[in-house]
Amino acid sequence: MAANCVRFAASLLGKGVNGASPTNPVTLQLYRQICGTSALRRKNLAAAGPEKFTPEFIQKQIEEFEIGKRHLANMMGEDPENFNQEDIDRSIAYLFPSGLFEKKARPLMKHPDEIFPKQRAVQWGPDRRPFHFLFYTGKQSYYSLMHELYGKVLNIEKHQDRLRAKGLFSTETKQISLGTSRWLTKEELEELLVETISTHDYDRFIQLMERMLSMAYSSLEEEFILRHRQQLEAQTMHQVVPPLQKDDKGVDFSTAEGKRKTSKSSVVVRDGGSGSITINGEDYLHYFPVLQDREQLMFPLQFTGLLGRFDLECTVSGGGRSSQAGALRLAISRALLSFVSEGEGEAMRQAGLLTPDPRVRERKKPGQEGARRKFTWKKR
Amino acid sequence: MAARALTKGLLGLRHFRGATVKFSNTGHHVATSSSIKSSEPQTNAVTEKILNLPLEKPDLFRVSELFSLKDLFDARVHLGHKKGCRHRLMEPYLYDSSLDHDIIDLDKTVEHLRLALNTTAETAYRGGIILFVSRRRQFCHLVETTAKDCEEYAHTRYWQGGLLTNAHIQYSPGVRLPDLIIFLSTLNNVFQQHVAIRDAAKMNIPTIGVVDSNCNPSLITYPVPGNDDTPVAMELYCRLFKMTINRAKDKRRQMELLHGLSKPSTSSS
Repeated sequence: MAANCVRFAASLLGKGVNGASPTNPVTLQLYRQICGTSALRRKNLAAAGPEKFTPEFIQKQIEEFEIGKRHLANMMGEDPENFNQEDIDRSIAYLFPSGLFEKKARPLMKHPDEIFPKQRAVQWGPDRRPFHFLFYTGKQSYYSLMHELYGKVLNIEKHQDRLRAKGLFSTETKQISLGTSRWLTKEELEELLVETISTHDYDRFIQLMERMLSMAYSSLEEEFILRHRQQLEAQTMHQVVPPLQKDDKGVDFSTAEGKRKTSKSSVVVRDGGSGSITINGEDYLHYFPVLQDREQLMFPLQFTGLLGRFDLECTVSGGGRSSQAGALRLAISRALLSFVSEGEGEAMRQAGLLTPDPRVRERKKPGQEGARRKFTWKKR
Repeated sequence: MAARALTKGLLGLRHFRGATVKFSNTGHHVATSSSIKSSEPQTNAVTEKILNLPLEKPDLFRVSELFSLKDLFDARVHLGHKKGCRHRLMEPYLYDSSLDHDIIDLDKTVEHLRLALNTTAETAYRGGIILFVSRRRQFCHLVETTAKDCEEYAHTRYWQGGLLTNAHIQYSPGVRLPDLIIFLSTLNNVFQQHVAIRDAAKMNIPTIGVVDSNCNPSLITYPVPGNDDTPVAMELYCRLFKMTINRAKDKRRQMELLHGLSKPSTSSS
């Protein structure tokens, strides 16, 4: 099945050009049979590593992308000059509708810089001397970062020694504010350095950074430290607070919606005074005969301590009694946000009143009785 | 005689590199050996003359003026390890041992160091790549700073297996390997001989190494018996290597400018 290719190697005795020279007219030629299969000449795909793209190839891809963008704009009847990425995405979704669930599997058209991974350009000049002085270590960016970091540590120590010699050393110096930031993760560091590092290397880097922070005069290198820290997003209020409206009688009210499983609800909270609750036109005692459901309705009001103050006018559809109660609870909590201060709102978020419950019914799978229940196992 | 051996080594083994590494006076351009040979045979002759200049004199770069025996003594280069750590092959380089502490013979050190510095100067003069290697964590930063200051290369980190022997896969294909490796400490962190010594010998790369009394000097081309543990001694070595390399590069630039000025007219040395 593998075609054997038999090659003959000729070896000439003594160095020299092919053919007879005047001093040595006879050149003996020995032929040796080399047998090889196509398996030997097959490329070792595993050893090749990730695919490398030349800069010329990327450049060609960028040109093709630009031309394709203009064609697409013409097809959609829009202005080719001001055709941005959102327009491209919209047009592709229109021209190639796909029902696939995985968003990354759908047809896409993006700039080649976003598709092809970032690669290092050629590392050496025309005389083939590498540009970077740590090229021969293999991980030049990481080791040069460590070298720079250690240099800064030594710098700070020298500064501290000089101050100690003058007698001006004090531990009450301006400390860098680190409360709102965290160290870059390994992936973010790899992205910064454009090369892969191991967990061990990353741990060493963090250790050295922590050591630098522990020194009293670390504020000298504040800018360098902050470059390797990521600001934490405020986990607090990403909630959209519903606006407080006034109706014609001068009463404040706000509307909000809530969902749970398959139930949807909408609630209007009025700043009346009596504390009456109407659901789909019915009184809540009639609609929810079970105490547990009524407790779910009361929980947001009881938590903020505003039990008797508001009138609730609710509509709810879909689902069962428990899920309707949960949908209503979420809607009430959201509506209450506009009546309550920021701190109280944060307390409600931490209590879990503002988090929609993501649990839905799991589908039944074939070969099983239910979603998880398997058929009875019979030994024989 | 060492210089002549060097000629044979460098010209014989890597004469093709000599053809490709040509600095034109107008600036760098990507040159293949075929294009050089076809155009400007005059630059060829002039560059050959520049390259052969240090081989005509024993000490063109005057490296013996950079240090004296007293400097080595003050930097405590003569201090070796204890008798129990002594390597058998280092016995010729040892002067004596007082109270079981080995003392390295500084006369031999002076001679070996002169040879080593001469070699570095000649390699730097010809535009070769010099790699500083040391696995002492104490002096890692110092060695890297030295390499950065003389625009050469350093490797003071964990040595991955195939860096020299498997270079086309570790780096990209077409990489150029170092032309000289300088070991400022030949042992690694577990007191075994550094892998790079054996790899450099396999790849025909000349090595210079500072060998202490517990090191094996056999595979190193230009061993320099001396202390590798004291900070003063390490700073001395780094300073000496840096000065020689900078001197050699300045001399090369000077020579090129000199010949470049006289090139349009008839080149008269």
